[in-house]
Amino acid sequence: MRSRLLQSSTFRLSLLYTVIFAVSVFGPFAFIYDETVSSIDREINAAIDAETRGLMTDLERMGGAGLIDVVNERTADPADLDAIYFLADRDKRPLAGNLIEWPRNGVQEGRWYLFEIEAVEGGRETSHHIRSRIEVIPGPYFLLVGRDIHERDKVRNTVRRAVGWALALALGLGIPGGVLMSRRVLGRVDRIAETARQINEGDLSRRMDVGDSGDEFDRLSESLNAMLDRIDRLMTGMRTVSDSVAHDLRSPLTHLRNRIEQALREARDTDDYRKALRAALSDTDRVLTMFNALMTVARAEADMGRQEMERVDLGQVAAGVVELYEPLVEERGMEIAASIAPDAMVRGHRQLLAQAIANLVDNAIKYSPSGERIALTVAVEGAEIRLTVADSGPGIAADSREQALGRFVRLAGRETPGYGLGLSLVAAVAQLHRATLLLEDNTPGLRAVLVLTHA
Amino acid sequence: MRILVIEDDEQTAGYLRKGLKEAGHAVDWSKDGRDGLFMATNERYDLFIVDRMLPGIDGLSIVKVLRSENVRTPILILSALGQVDDRVRGLKSGADDYLSKPYAFSELTARVEALLRRTGGESVETRLSVADLELDLLKRTATRAGQPIELKPREFRLLEYLMRHEGQVVTRTMLLEGVWDYHFDPQTNVIDVHMSRLRQKIDKGFDKPLIQTVRGAGYTLRAE
Repeated sequence: MRSRLLQSSTFRLSLLYTVIFAVSVFGPFAFIYDETVSSIDREINAAIDAETRGLMTDLERMGGAGLIDVVNERTADPADLDAIYFLADRDKRPLAGNLIEWPRNGVQEGRWYLFEIEAVEGGRETSHHIRSRIEVIPGPYFLLVGRDIHERDKVRNTVRRAVGWALALALGLGIPGGVLMSRRVLGRVDRIAETARQINEGDLSRRMDVGDSGDEFDRLSESLNAMLDRIDRLMTGMRTVSDSVAHDLRSPLTHLRNRIEQALREARDTDDYRKALRAALSDTDRVLTMFNALMTVARAEADMGRQEMERVDLGQVAAGVVELYEPLVEERGMEIAASIAPDAMVRGHRQLLAQAIANLVDNAIKYSPSGERIALTVAVEGAEIRLTVADSGPGIAADSREQALGRFVRLAGRETPGYGLGLSLVAAVAQLHRATLLLEDNTPGLRAVLVLTHA
Repeated sequence: MRILVIEDDEQTAGYLRKGLKEAGHAVDWSKDGRDGLFMATNERYDLFIVDRMLPGIDGLSIVKVLRSENVRTPILILSALGQVDDRVRGLKSGADDYLSKPYAFSELTARVEALLRRTGGESVETRLSVADLELDLLKRTATRAGQPIELKPREFRLLEYLMRHEGQVVTRTMLLEGVWDYHFDPQTNVIDVHMSRLRQKIDKGFDKPLIQTVRGAGYTLRAE
């Protein structure tokens, strides 16, 4: 438990926060304290020094007796206890001054002699600290000049108390404040970690909570969610690829197997075998074509190929497809009318776009009666580029249009050779390009519209 | 011609070797990427056929190493990775052609012949001629027996492709890739229609047709 507390960032962060807080409070106070006390000290020291120098001058001028007079004069006011003067003979017996006897309980600190006296103040006996300087005068006498540093001590104690309280307050507010703050911050990290753990344990649908403040954590959560969505899409895509490929290839492979088995059972001469082998070969080719188409659809559905995208003129791609199909259209006694706007730039996969357009044109040819006309248009409409392939064939009933985009769907009334993968490829390519595929009624016929974003 | 096949699957390699030998080539085979690369750099070959997924070193790396060492021998990548993006990656690595598995043997031999006969600096030519058919690449005009033939731009490119591969079998996929730059198979066979139109223009009214259909494979253009 203890190690967990120490390990937790909450604890460490609040500790750090508190230390920083405390230092930032203590630092200025310590400076003020030091400056105040030492300035008072300097003043006291200077006063003692000046006093001593004055008395020494008096001594030179007036001799020992004169000095005694001066000291007596200076200590005449019994109320003035701040300044201490004491003149003693060689045995330190008092000659003049406001001390009763030579102080013996003091300590020497550098050139300062510190001692305590008992003074009666307002009827009460109090102890006062004195700082003093002792001069040995030829005679010999001892001269002691001092100052009561009681006031200085008072100031010092006041400042110390203030610092103490401030520090206590700083810690008292800082520690809970720090804990609270880091809890808040780290709690969100913990929640993200907890969600991540749940996702890791298999609940792939879980997402990070996103608040509405739009702060760093919300942005982090949003990014993580976007990443998870993408991974989810890719995984679903991959699963769909393998599932559908496995499922969709089963029936043609079964067909192929049956054919081979039947040939082994029924064929009588080499000619029969040759015929069966040739049929099996073309079955195999069909399976392979289907397989390739399926892979393309599945990969596009799984969003693979986005890194191959570039700026493409959709008009040029469409014109290329029209040109590829034109002879075929004419051969079938049809006509293809292309109306292509210039500069229809999109971000796209050139090959897949061409293949999708080719499938739409291919379908239009397949389902149009002879003598009819297929219209292909590429139009720039503001931020959109609309590619339309319209035929006047039987069309697709409104309620079957959704279904028509699925794999291997061959709607009733549209029974022409094909694998039923054409439109599902177009739908997958549309999805890959974040485009919309609309199947509309061309009265009569089908109008397929691919709506892309202008790049 | 000497061909080196780098392919780890024995059955595939056996099939390939047998077919190529029947076509009159000398074929060496390496099962392993590292050995294959060693053979490719130490002996002279006219063509490398390289699988992509190999033990040792993968096919694309072999191609990159060979190209970085200035080996200019044509390389055909043969791979089960057959999507458009795989092809693009293969060609970008420095390979000359890319065929995805499984393939029809006629497709493979057509591509092998095309690569073997490829002459290095084909860009310097300004005129192509086969029998009495002539193509002026600068003026973009075609004549047969001196008579001008009207060709649309795409027909011109189609004819140019065929003439550059004179006498070789050219498959529909090769045409789609080489003339249209499409790396997918359209649902309907549109190439045949284009070919029959071109035929109309260059062979109609002449005794000897230059364009011939090769059953189950594609087309060839040759002077008899």
